[in-house]
Amino acid sequence: MSSAPAQNATPATKLTVRELCVYYGEKKGVGPVTMDVAEKHVTAFIGPSGCGKSTFLRALNRMNELIPTCHMTGEVKLDGEAIYGPGVDPVTVRRRIGMVFQRSNPFPKSIIENVAYGLRIGGLKDEREIAMRVERALQQAALWDEVKDRLEDNALGLSGGQQQRLCIARALAVEPEVLLMDEPASALDPIATAHIEELINEISTDYTIAIVTHNMQQAARVADYTAFFYMGELVEFDRTDVLFTKPSNQRTEDYITGRFG
Amino acid sequence: MSTNAGPAPKDAERRRNKTSAQRVFVRTVSNRLGDATMAISSGLATALVLAILAVILFDIARSGSSHLSIAFLTQAPREGMTAGGIFPAIVGMVEMVFLMTLAGVPVGVATAIYLHEYAPAQSRLTRLIRIAVANLAGVPSIVFGLFGLGFFVQFLGAGIDKMFFGGQKVYGQPALLWAALTMAVLTLPVVIVATEEALRAVPRELREASLALGATKLQTVIHVVVPQASAGILTGMILAVSRGAGEVAPILFTGAAYFLPHLPKGLSSQFMTPSYHVYVLATQSPDVDATKPILYTTVLVLVALTFVLNIAAVVVRARVRRQNSFGH
Repeated sequence: MSSAPAQNATPATKLTVRELCVYYGEKKGVGPVTMDVAEKHVTAFIGPSGCGKSTFLRALNRMNELIPTCHMTGEVKLDGEAIYGPGVDPVTVRRRIGMVFQRSNPFPKSIIENVAYGLRIGGLKDEREIAMRVERALQQAALWDEVKDRLEDNALGLSGGQQQRLCIARALAVEPEVLLMDEPASALDPIATAHIEELINEISTDYTIAIVTHNMQQAARVADYTAFFYMGELVEFDRTDVLFTKPSNQRTEDYITGRFG
Repeated sequence: MSTNAGPAPKDAERRRNKTSAQRVFVRTVSNRLGDATMAISSGLATALVLAILAVILFDIARSGSSHLSIAFLTQAPREGMTAGGIFPAIVGMVEMVFLMTLAGVPVGVATAIYLHEYAPAQSRLTRLIRIAVANLAGVPSIVFGLFGLGFFVQFLGAGIDKMFFGGQKVYGQPALLWAALTMAVLTLPVVIVATEEALRAVPRELREASLALGATKLQTVIHVVVPQASAGILTGMILAVSRGAGEVAPILFTGAAYFLPHLPKGLSSQFMTPSYHVYVLATQSPDVDATKPILYTTVLVLVALTFVLNIAAVVVRARVRRQNSFGH
């Protein structure tokens, strides 16, 4: 449904990436990548395993820094502000650019405390405000109806699909401007996957979303823009409908028609 | 020579003629023999260990249980330790272990957090600290006793006396406080190693989840990493306590008393403890036959306490691990 963005108006750019290269030690993981991520749209990164799409995604909110050997060159700007600029605290970057991981990773705490975590560490003390925002986040993640009667239960008791939606709610609760999703549905069954995709469509009106997926149909269903990565390079980046129907690069065409990957 | 050399090529030929599938699935006699030998010998070794433990426990239980009573646990020794109980020793041990935990565990946990979370993993200093901790664990306990005497009693204690008590001997002699601190140093490696192990077991996914929500490293350590590692930390603590309850050498010069008519009055008092009491009963008794049942019962109590602490460590670890089990 959202795979057909406004045909004429070019959306505003949220993230500006220029000549970004990420290295693990001496070895280049991905790059150079130059792209503009459109505000309040869904951008998908596709490509075969090991093509660098996840590495690229993690560079967008400075998660790669947690890997000691990892370093990078190039530039990433959020609303024109360099997130790797001197004196920029990665903590503030990650508050504005949230992330959902491949494997759902709820804390071994209650459902409500999972969602409230980001708010509490952000310094929010007002319990009424916290409860309100937890409810809103759970509703946005389409989980509220399933858990509203057992908010105090341990989150680890939820099903895999519910846990992943909880992680999305947890990320949304802090109201980031951008949400990065690293294969959020790859460990889920088709029904749970459909839930997640529906939810991505819902929230894309308010959030800028970048999603890594190895599932091309998923990219076609949820994304307005799609970037194809291959062997650490950005091969092609275009509107999803264009990329899937009229790819301009031979390798893109080979990949989306299933000739390799 | 020639007779042996004859069949060998034929054998090889036969083997070559078999299909590869057959060759993969055939279990040779020597394989089976090797497995059987290993199973039997390792089983025997295990049985030997269990047998030794059983003999020790049986001997202690048989000779010690006759004298065990509420009175034994609640009375002081009487008549040159040939009668009465071990109440002061139990109290002394509890106090010493409590102080030891209070002093040692926070330092140990903090050290482990520094080593695992903050210290640069590959740096020479970090490696040096790890080696130092491992060596600390290998130092004979009597050396800790001498260290405690030299550093805590004669240096710190005497210094305190000089500064605050006008040279009067208050802290400058063996005392509960110094014994507890010496024991805390002795058990530090146990706490550090167990805590680091627990921190290492915290899944990277949980750290990333916290950091991706805009948590600082400190917030992540406090709210996610340490709670997740609490089972392991608690286990290390209990193991340290159980070690502390049994050691004699470190407290020999730093605070343990041969016999006291009263309970310890404060940090500067000396104290009795079951482990040292066992030594005293076994070697210093004027009447060996009268002391023997008391000795056995003291050992029984000591073993039971240590056993209970170790069981507690296992139970706590299992319970917290179940609560925190991460994954699907």
